[in-house]
Amino acid sequence: MANIITTRNVRLYYGDHEALHGIDLDFPKNQITALIGPSGSGKSTFLRCLNRMNDLVSGVTITGSLKLDGKDIYSPQTDVVALRKKVGMVFQQPNPFPFSVFDNVAFGLRLAGIKDHKLIQERVETSLKQAAVWEEVKDNLTDNALSFSGGQQQRICIARVLAVQPEIILMDEPTSALDPVSAGKIEELLLDIQDKFTVAIVTHNMQQASRISDRTAFFLDGKLVETGSTKQLFMAPKQEATSDYLNGKFG
Amino acid sequence: MNAKRIDKLATAVISLLVGVVVLILLSLIGYILVTGLPHISWHFLTSPSQAFLKGGGIGDQLFNSFYLLVLTLVISFPIALGAGIYLFEYAPKNWVTNTIRVAIEVLSSLPSVVVGLFGFLLFVVEFKLGFSILSGAIALTFFNLPLLTRSIENSLTAVPKLQREAGLALGFSRWQTVLGVIFPEALPGILTAVILSAGRIFGEAAALIYTAGQSAPILNFANWNPFSPTSPLNPMRPAETLAVHIWKINSEGIMPDASAVSAGASAVLIVVVLLFNFSARWLGNRIYRKITASK
Repeated sequence: MANIITTRNVRLYYGDHEALHGIDLDFPKNQITALIGPSGSGKSTFLRCLNRMNDLVSGVTITGSLKLDGKDIYSPQTDVVALRKKVGMVFQQPNPFPFSVFDNVAFGLRLAGIKDHKLIQERVETSLKQAAVWEEVKDNLTDNALSFSGGQQQRICIARVLAVQPEIILMDEPTSALDPVSAGKIEELLLDIQDKFTVAIVTHNMQQASRISDRTAFFLDGKLVETGSTKQLFMAPKQEATSDYLNGKFG
Repeated sequence: MNAKRIDKLATAVISLLVGVVVLILLSLIGYILVTGLPHISWHFLTSPSQAFLKGGGIGDQLFNSFYLLVLTLVISFPIALGAGIYLFEYAPKNWVTNTIRVAIEVLSSLPSVVVGLFGFLLFVVEFKLGFSILSGAIALTFFNLPLLTRSIENSLTAVPKLQREAGLALGFSRWQTVLGVIFPEALPGILTAVILSAGRIFGEAAALIYTAGQSAPILNFANWNPFSPTSPLNPMRPAETLAVHIWKINSEGIMPDASAVSAGASAVLIVVVLLFNFSARWLGNRIYRKITASK
């Protein structure tokens, strides 16, 4: 199985404080990798290294090797804008732009230089269908995206990311602000799109990780404790800390 | 005394203080409107002023005020927008940026008469622009820039951080994110800031006495050639504004109906400034509701 992202010995510092202590983690193509662990274990921080969102935080330094398709993500030659087109991101809080549903999804395409209106329309429809929200918004495409429910907003955000056709999608607890029904819809759509996209998802919900992910990585105190196929990690964890966490002894 | 009684007492004292503020404000506006409104007529609003005779109007001064306002905003808005965006998105957090911020704060607390005298020395005398609308507009730009820059930056900062992250994470450049995502969302706040600053510009007198001048040459409203000295559009002509006119009448007015003209002009000034303020609120709320889709 080809790895689309490989990381070796990733360390992240806030000033002098080391928050990630040497993470080695690979993301196989077209698979869903779940990052689990208690709050403050560094899983979101690590996720944000992959599309350089930590660049926005002042005082952060990152060392180690992070590669996308064999190319160094942190090389001075890396075009961050181009990188983020390949590595999309969905956030914990739904954050659609205050435009119409159509414009939310089409915006990235227009900025990418696509002028053909028909192509944009097709792409918007496909993306909204992939994000399993088309049926709910198709008659109200010109309505402001903020007038929809939280679950619908989050799926519009996912469609917005899918539209620019990234290779990998990072999801930072995408369902934790949503009700169970909406969360379920997002889980279903992730299973539907995984043959086209690679997904890395941070989640606090272990049932969710076990339902949808192919591989799981368990983080604790800024370290990667254990990684493996989801089945193996949940059924037969090798580390005692993993088993303790899965059994609810802490976290 | 127990906590409940202290709370009641505090509420009473605070209500009283607010009452005093509101009372002062209302009586001031009320007095100006009651003494001024009876003098306002179509003739008063449209005819030129008289230096020695009674029955003069404020037509030219009113036009000058609006023209100066438009010119000032045309000059100051782009600069303030650029500076606001720079401070919001691009300025590194270091001593240079801090110095800029302190400079803006100092500039915003300059007395307007100082701005006027500075404008007089630099633009009127040194740059030989003379007493002109242009000199006045540049002086008012100096007067207006700090607060406008500050409020534009505040409007941009008020947009949730998540929106900025969403734009950047989608592979937009910083400029695309600011222009396409943050600016539209900050627009209601920015518009409100512009309109409120328009009210301040409209009522400003001290900065204009030495820059735009105190004379109102006869204007020919049929002449729209901006290079002709009698054209209302000529930016190089001296132009007494409404606020300056009020100041002048009260200090050296010799027309027989000076107090009536002054009262009428003051009422017009107050009404226009109030209109600016209310329209700012109305427009801001309206756009905000449209953008956030709240009913």
